Amino acid sequence: MIRFEKRKDASKLFTAVAPFMSVIFALVTAAVIMLFAGINPIAAYAGMIKESLGSFYGVSETLVKSTPLILTGLGVSIAFRMKIWNIGADGQLYMGAMGASYVALYSGLTGFTGIAAMFAAAAVTGGLWAGVSGFLKAKANVNEIIVTLLMNYIAIAWVSYLVYGPWKDPNGFNFPLTPRFSPDLVLSTFFNTRLHTGFIIALALVAFVYIFMEKTVWGYEIKVIGNNPKAAKYAGISIDRKIIGVMFLSGALAGIAGFGEVAGVQGRLQEGISHGYGYTAIIVAWLAGRSAIGVLVVSVIMAVILVGGDSLQILMQLPVAFVNLFQGLILFFILASDFFIHNRPVIIRSGK
Amino acid sequence: MIEILLFATIKAGTPLLFATLGAILMERSGVINLGVEGLMLVGALTGFAAAHTTDSLFMGVITAFFAAMAAGAIHGFICVYLRGNQIVSGLSLTMFGIGITSLFGRSFVGLTISGFSKVEIPVLSKIPYIGQALFNQDVLVYFSILLVVAIHIFFYRTKTGLYLRSVGENPGAADTSGINVGLYRMSAVLVGSGLAGLGGAYLSLAYTPFWVENMTAGRGWIAVALVIFAQWNSTRAMAGAYLFGGINAVQLRMQAMGTSLSPHLLMMLPYLFTIAVLVIATLRLEKGSTPEPEALGTPYDREDRK
Repeated sequence: MIRFEKRKDASKLFTAVAPFMSVIFALVTAAVIMLFAGINPIAAYAGMIKESLGSFYGVSETLVKSTPLILTGLGVSIAFRMKIWNIGADGQLYMGAMGASYVALYSGLTGFTGIAAMFAAAAVTGGLWAGVSGFLKAKANVNEIIVTLLMNYIAIAWVSYLVYGPWKDPNGFNFPLTPRFSPDLVLSTFFNTRLHTGFIIALALVAFVYIFMEKTVWGYEIKVIGNNPKAAKYAGISIDRKIIGVMFLSGALAGIAGFGEVAGVQGRLQEGISHGYGYTAIIVAWLAGRSAIGVLVVSVIMAVILVGGDSLQILMQLPVAFVNLFQGLILFFILASDFFIHNRPVIIRSGK
Repeated sequence: MIEILLFATIKAGTPLLFATLGAILMERSGVINLGVEGLMLVGALTGFAAAHTTDSLFMGVITAFFAAMAAGAIHGFICVYLRGNQIVSGLSLTMFGIGITSLFGRSFVGLTISGFSKVEIPVLSKIPYIGQALFNQDVLVYFSILLVVAIHIFFYRTKTGLYLRSVGENPGAADTSGINVGLYRMSAVLVGSGLAGLGGAYLSLAYTPFWVENMTAGRGWIAVALVIFAQWNSTRAMAGAYLFGGINAVQLRMQAMGTSLSPHLLMMLPYLFTIAVLVIATLRLEKGSTPEPEALGTPYDREDRK
């Protein structure tokens, strides 16, 4: 008979290999499911790899998709550190995109000032959108998971309202799109690809979040609250204000992701600017554990899956939502592997 | 007019009622399940697929229940036996449900079945104003109402129900008195997931008898919020579900009558309303004693027992 007993310390070996093993197990399980659905998994995976990593352009697309993942992932992970769940990064991304678009379309600002104002507006609108749930959590202990999640639906409907209604391009043949931003308000791209300056901004923010969490009092206090809220209270840390502040920051990062999508990728506001980035961000944050650098690495891996998944839509007529299957499976295996990190099997001989 | 609205209210509220009841059952045992949205999708697709293939709505309902149960078993296993994080596991279940139904649902898009038809209850359906709305519905509506009563009796009038509640409140004490905590929790997750699946099946077999990708459109999340509004009671869940059914009915009615309001703004209504209700429900909880199961969301490990 085998039973499991707790390890005194988490297994270092398991901790290190768990994320990779989880991805591999998820890919194998997904392959079995694909076989049932009548899809050749080897062809599918080959197509995914080829499309996302097999060419210079493919790699650049992967980095384009990793940009919003890094930003939303950073946002979700900051909240995680305080044991606050921000499941609403998708909605915050849309609101940030809206804020940036408003500046681009209606403020009359141009050039660098314009771009800077778009960036700031995106951070503030995204931050305020998330701040609502932070406020409700801090002041009335309203479940932030449900509020942030429901606000995704509201934000997406709101952006739809804008692009079908008041912000619609009058010369756009009635398509649900805003007018194009003026060229000086669009982020520059590299090497004839779609990779834009937003990626550099995301890298800079990885460094910013690292320093913020590891080297500032605020970051320290956030970690204390996350690890031991009672001790934090005794130490005189104002938890309520931290909850609102952290939610704002978390949403601001997601909002900046929205800025990157409209100013760097689309050059206008439209529906569907996020391919579920805010949900993938939860996986990114969970897999990355406690590190900002981890967010960067995992984002790129997730972007490979997203770009690959998109290519399957064209290669094999698979639905876009198919990617969710991978994501769900990866998380399932991560959770299962956690068990083996903290427990070890012990064989018990019968008769004892 | 009122009769039509009331009828539509109950129809729109029924999928939420099934899902909320399922979530209540799970949460009462101490397991939170954020995978309701995914479970509903699994129920909606498998129910539709089975009904379409076998030409039997009954088979559809049964299939939906067991398929959602199987999907819920993943969550149950991770939360109960591997003591994993319930929130992450639930979210994964939702992603898994969205992904797998989009994959297997491809061949069912565009197909139709004749959904559940109305069954008129004699005498009662003749009551003016409300008779037709309440007593001329399909069998699943009647079943959902029976379920409300059954779950209420189960929680407060049976020994098993009492044990289940004690597992959700204080698993350590329950364990000491010889209750198999894991078994109770796992069973609650299995049956609760099946009920969430029925909620999905109601959508694809009765409400709108077809399958489209992501047809639940956030109803699973509204159900999770309704659990708090319902204060973990099945009877209050019915009130909550119909309240939302009402919002939905009014919204559709306004759209049908050709209001000048943008459909996108109308679409926001149920979500805005859910948040408002959630805030009010939470504020009311704060005042009195909290009916939230004490051990909700915490995995039980005998070695940690105090």
